[in-house]
Amino acid sequence: MSNNRLYLYPIWLRIWHGINALCIILLGITGISMQYTNIETPLIKFSSAISLHNFFGVLAVISYTFYFIANMISGNNIHYKLKLKGLVGRLFKQGQYYVFGYLKGEPKPFKVSKDEKFNPLQKVSYVSTMFILVPVVIITGVALLYPEMIITKFYDMSGIRLTTFFHSIAGFFILIFLIIHLYVITIGKYPLRNFKSIVTGYHEPE
Amino acid sequence: MTKTKFSFLIICLLLFQNTPILAQDEAAEMPESNGICLECHGHKYYSFYNEIKELKERKIMNPYFVIDSLKYLKGEHHENSCTDCHSEEYGKYPHIAELKIELKLSCVDCHDFEVIEKEVKESVHVEAFGDNFNCELCHDPHSNRLEKADMAELVRYNNNRCLNCHNDVDKYQTYTANDKPKLISSHEWLPNQALHFSRVRCIECHTSVTDSADAVHRIVPKEQAVKNCAECHSLNSLLRDKLYKHQSKQDRSELNFYNSFILNDSYVIGANRHYYLNLLIIIIFGITLLGILLHTFLRIIKRK
Repeated sequence: MSNNRLYLYPIWLRIWHGINALCIILLGITGISMQYTNIETPLIKFSSAISLHNFFGVLAVISYTFYFIANMISGNNIHYKLKLKGLVGRLFKQGQYYVFGYLKGEPKPFKVSKDEKFNPLQKVSYVSTMFILVPVVIITGVALLYPEMIITKFYDMSGIRLTTFFHSIAGFFILIFLIIHLYVITIGKYPLRNFKSIVTGYHEPE
Repeated sequence: MTKTKFSFLIICLLLFQNTPILAQDEAAEMPESNGICLECHGHKYYSFYNEIKELKERKIMNPYFVIDSLKYLKGEHHENSCTDCHSEEYGKYPHIAELKIELKLSCVDCHDFEVIEKEVKESVHVEAFGDNFNCELCHDPHSNRLEKADMAELVRYNNNRCLNCHNDVDKYQTYTANDKPKLISSHEWLPNQALHFSRVRCIECHTSVTDSADAVHRIVPKEQAVKNCAECHSLNSLLRDKLYKHQSKQDRSELNFYNSFILNDSYVIGANRHYYLNLLIIIIFGITLLGILLHTFLRIIKRK
C-alpha cells in the first residue's frame, strides 16, 4: 500500500455517492420502462415502475438535499468551483489525454491533489450534472409527483407535457453522464482502482 | 418584418389568444309554453292558491324536479316544449296522481339509437335494474348537450353523469338498496388519482373497447374494468378509441408526436412519444457506446 495515498472521499460523501448511484440507475430503468411501455412485453409492470420511480425519486431528492448541505458545511464545494480563465485550454488538454495521450502512455496532465481532486473535464461534467441537470430533474420530478401544481396550459401547450419534456431530457443526459462516468473512471493503469477509492475513501497515486 | 411590427403582432397574439368566441346558445330561446311549468319547476320553492284552505301557500319543490332553465336553454332540447315528452295533463295543478306512474316518451321514441340501445342492454346497469334503467338516469334531457368548450369540460360533464348517482347516497339508493360504492378508496390503486379523475372519463376504464363509437354505453362489471395502466400508457393507447376518438381521426401526426391529439390537453406517459426525439436519443446513446467501444478496443490493442 502506497504511503502517498490521499484521503479524498469522506464517509458521508461515499454513502451519498452510493445512494445517488442507486437512485440514478433505478430511476433510469423505471423511467425508460414507463416511457416505452408495451402491453405485451413491459420491461417492468407499469404500476410497479411508477411506485419504484416515485420512491427512488423522493430518495434522490433527500439525498441531493443532504449532498448540497454537506458540501457547504464540509467545504467540499471548493472542488466544484470552476476557474473560467483558460478553462477551454485545460478541457482540451484533458480531452486530448483521454483520446490520445493515455493510449500512448503519457502521464496525466493534471495531478490529483487534496486541493484539486477533479481534473477539468471531471469538474465541468460534475458541475453541469449536479448543479444543472439534477436540479432540473428534481424540480420537474416533484412537480410531476404533484401534477395538480403544474399550470394547465402554457400558451397552447399542456403544462404537464412541457414539464415531462424537461424531466425526460434532463434524465436522459444524466444517464449518458452515468455511462461515460462509469467508463472514464476505468481509465488508468489499474481500471478498478477508482472503484476501490470510492469504497475506501483513499486515492492511490499510480 | 420590422421590430415594431413584430412586437405589435406579438402583443395582438397575447391579447387575443384567450378571447372566447360568443356561444350561439346565448341567443337560444325555448317555447313560451314552458314558462308555465318553469314558474314552479324553475325554482326551489313554489306557491299556489289552495282553494280548499282558501289561502296562498308556499312549498318546497322536490329538488329532483327542479329544472335549471339556463341549462335547459343551453341543452339540445331547448326548442322542445315540456309537453313534447310529458303529458299535457301537467298543465293543471294539483297534478293528478296517475301522472306519477305515466308512461312517458322515452329517448328512443324520437331518436334512432339502435346501437346504443343494444350496448345499454348489455351494460351492468340494465343487468342490475332491468327495464327500470333508462337513458334519463345518465343523460338528463333537460340539460343534455353534446358540444363542450374543451376536453376538461367534456371530462367533467361526463363524469358528473356517473357521480350524480355514484356520489350521491340518496339518489343511489333510490335505485338500489346496496351501499353506495366508496369511490376514493376503491380507486386508491390509481396513481395521481385526482389527476386521472379530472383528465379522463370514468367510462374510459369502465366500458368495453370495441370499434363501435357507441361502445361507451356498455358499462362493464367492476371486475372487468381496465386496471392495466399500459392499456392507456402505451403507443396503442385505448384513449385513441375512446376519449380522443374524434381527434385521433383528424390528426395522428402533429409535430411527429405519437398520439399527438392528446398533447393539447395533457401528456400521457407511454402514449406520447416523439419520433425525432426518440431518434436523437438513439443516436446520442449509440455515439456514446460506440466511442466507449472504440476506446476500449484501442486500449486492448495498445496493451498488447
